[in-house]
Amino acid sequence: MISINNLSKQFTIKKQKIKAVDQLTLDIKEGEIFGVIGYSGAGKSTFVRLLNRLEEPTTGEIKIAGKNITAMKGKELRLARQEIGMIFQHFNLLWSRTVEQNIAFPLEIAGVPKTERAKRVQELIQLVDLSGRENAYPSQLSGGQKQRVGIARALANNPKVLLCDEATSALDPETTNAILDLLVDINEKLGLTIILITHEMHVIRKICHQVAVMENGSIVEQGDVLDVFHRPQQAVTKKFVEQIMGLTDDEDEVEPILATYNQGKMIRLHFLGETTNQALISQLSKQFAIEINIVQGKITHTKRGAYGTLFVQMLGEQAEMDAAIAYVTNETSVEVEVIQHVE
Amino acid sequence: MWNELFPNVKADALWEATYETFYMTIISIAGTFILGILLGLLLYLTKKNGIWENKWLHFITAAFVNVFRAIPFIILIFLLFPVTLIIVGTIRGPEAALPALILGAAPFYGRLVEIALTEVDKGVVEAAKAMGAKTRTILFKVLLPESMPALVSGITVTAIALIGYTAMAGAIGAGGLGNYAYYFGFQRRDYDIVLVSTIVIVCIVFIFQFIGDMIAKKLDKR
Ligand SMILES: Nc1ncnc2c1ncn2[C@@H]1O[C@H](COP(=O)(O)OP(=O)(O)OP(=O)(O)O)[C@@H](O)[C@H]1O
Ligand SMILES: [Mg+2]
Repeated sequence: MISINNLSKQFTIKKQKIKAVDQLTLDIKEGEIFGVIGYSGAGKSTFVRLLNRLEEPTTGEIKIAGKNITAMKGKELRLARQEIGMIFQHFNLLWSRTVEQNIAFPLEIAGVPKTERAKRVQELIQLVDLSGRENAYPSQLSGGQKQRVGIARALANNPKVLLCDEATSALDPETTNAILDLLVDINEKLGLTIILITHEMHVIRKICHQVAVMENGSIVEQGDVLDVFHRPQQAVTKKFVEQIMGLTDDEDEVEPILATYNQGKMIRLHFLGETTNQALISQLSKQFAIEINIVQGKITHTKRGAYGTLFVQMLGEQAEMDAAIAYVTNETSVEVEVIQHVE
Repeated sequence: MWNELFPNVKADALWEATYETFYMTIISIAGTFILGILLGLLLYLTKKNGIWENKWLHFITAAFVNVFRAIPFIILIFLLFPVTLIIVGTIRGPEAALPALILGAAPFYGRLVEIALTEVDKGVVEAAKAMGAKTRTILFKVLLPESMPALVSGITVTAIALIGYTAMAGAIGAGGLGNYAYYFGFQRRDYDIVLVSTIVIVCIVFIFQFIGDMIAKKLDKR
């Protein structure tokens, strides 16, 4: 859907060169919610602005739906932009226009006739759940409502791609979740490809399929959200994962646990996108003659299911415990790791 | 009562002078609005990182604006006599004052327009660009509507300066209340005429200020 090849952007301020985006190569599949995360100054905004040429690339090539965006000029580029929706951190609505008129604006640009425009605006207002506020001005709306207008506006011309630059960063957690739900909804209903820029791992976790981690203009790590959560390679990525999971359990943390629970088996369960076996613990204690004691753990939910680790203590007959472990290993996608066994 | 207080003021003469002042003010406001917006847009669009970034055009426009803002109005009138003669065909009467009034006020208003446009949220302009808008659409559907309250309060300030200019132009033969106060009041030592003219001008200023404020407030949905 989107293929980016060796994309770079260099700024020059006072003879000083800043490589905001540095030789970036990337493929994004159709219908995917692709997250880009990175700290301030990593080049995320520059990257996303290159995609619709709000920023001119220094080198490289961008293809969206087979069309070479980087080679376009004038009218061709304007028409291509009509197929790329964009939403912004600060909404960027026209304050002089009502909700309805704001949503109609991209339709006016595309030359949609008036009656058709009014119909489409109504559809969009329904879609983003703003019925009743059609004639309000942006100044009369809450942040979340403003972003809904922004989303409706971005979707007006049925784009194939939606670019979101920190679309929820100005919103409180509750509103953020509502807007993220809306984005997922749109992604599923319309099959829209979404590129989402953020500095919050929470946002990636909640709605993205794929994630790329940016640092100094480059993508340092990229992959399926679960994989990246499970095996973060780079220091930056680890830090982002910690935002959600807390510190990943290292030996310091395990030692005291082992010392306290010096009976039976100490087991670490890794949940990797598990959705079907959420009642795993109670299943185990019902099916096998063992007792399970949850010691510590953290499970979080991603677009691809539950992710996290659980420390449990297993008590019972040796054979039963082995059977239970074999069951988990063979019948579920949960990974089992026995870290201590006291006879 | 009127006759005792203002023995020399003739109603029809006062009325005519007021009418001429209104006439000069309204026409010159219209001219200033159009020319000022053109100048302001040109300044805004051609400046560095502007939509039509163009060093030379910007320099020329800025030079024009600065020079005409620097010339005192009374001198501008004299300076424009030949031009006025060609355009209007006379150098006396309300029409003859118009070129000088517009050229005197438009550069000032042009700067106010530039400031108003600069204050439009860049993000909104960017959003329009991202939607595939043409420059013309950005001008007429984003920049001008979004800056409208500032454009209106700017033209209000300019209009009040223009009323002052009409009086000055009047004193050298353009008609209107300035003319009336100077020739019939001051020169004949009929100070009641000067006083009445002053009161009428102050009232006109208040009316313009009031209308301007009202429109600006009505337009401002921020
Ligand atoms: N127009 C510009 N001119 C010069 N330098 C710029 C410009 N825009 C961005 N930069 C520089 O490029 C680098 C990347 O900026 P960018 O805005 O893309 O970062 P970001 O990852 O979006 O950060 P944030 O999370 O703070 O939004 C920064 O060092 C920034 O100073
Ligand atoms: Mg940014």
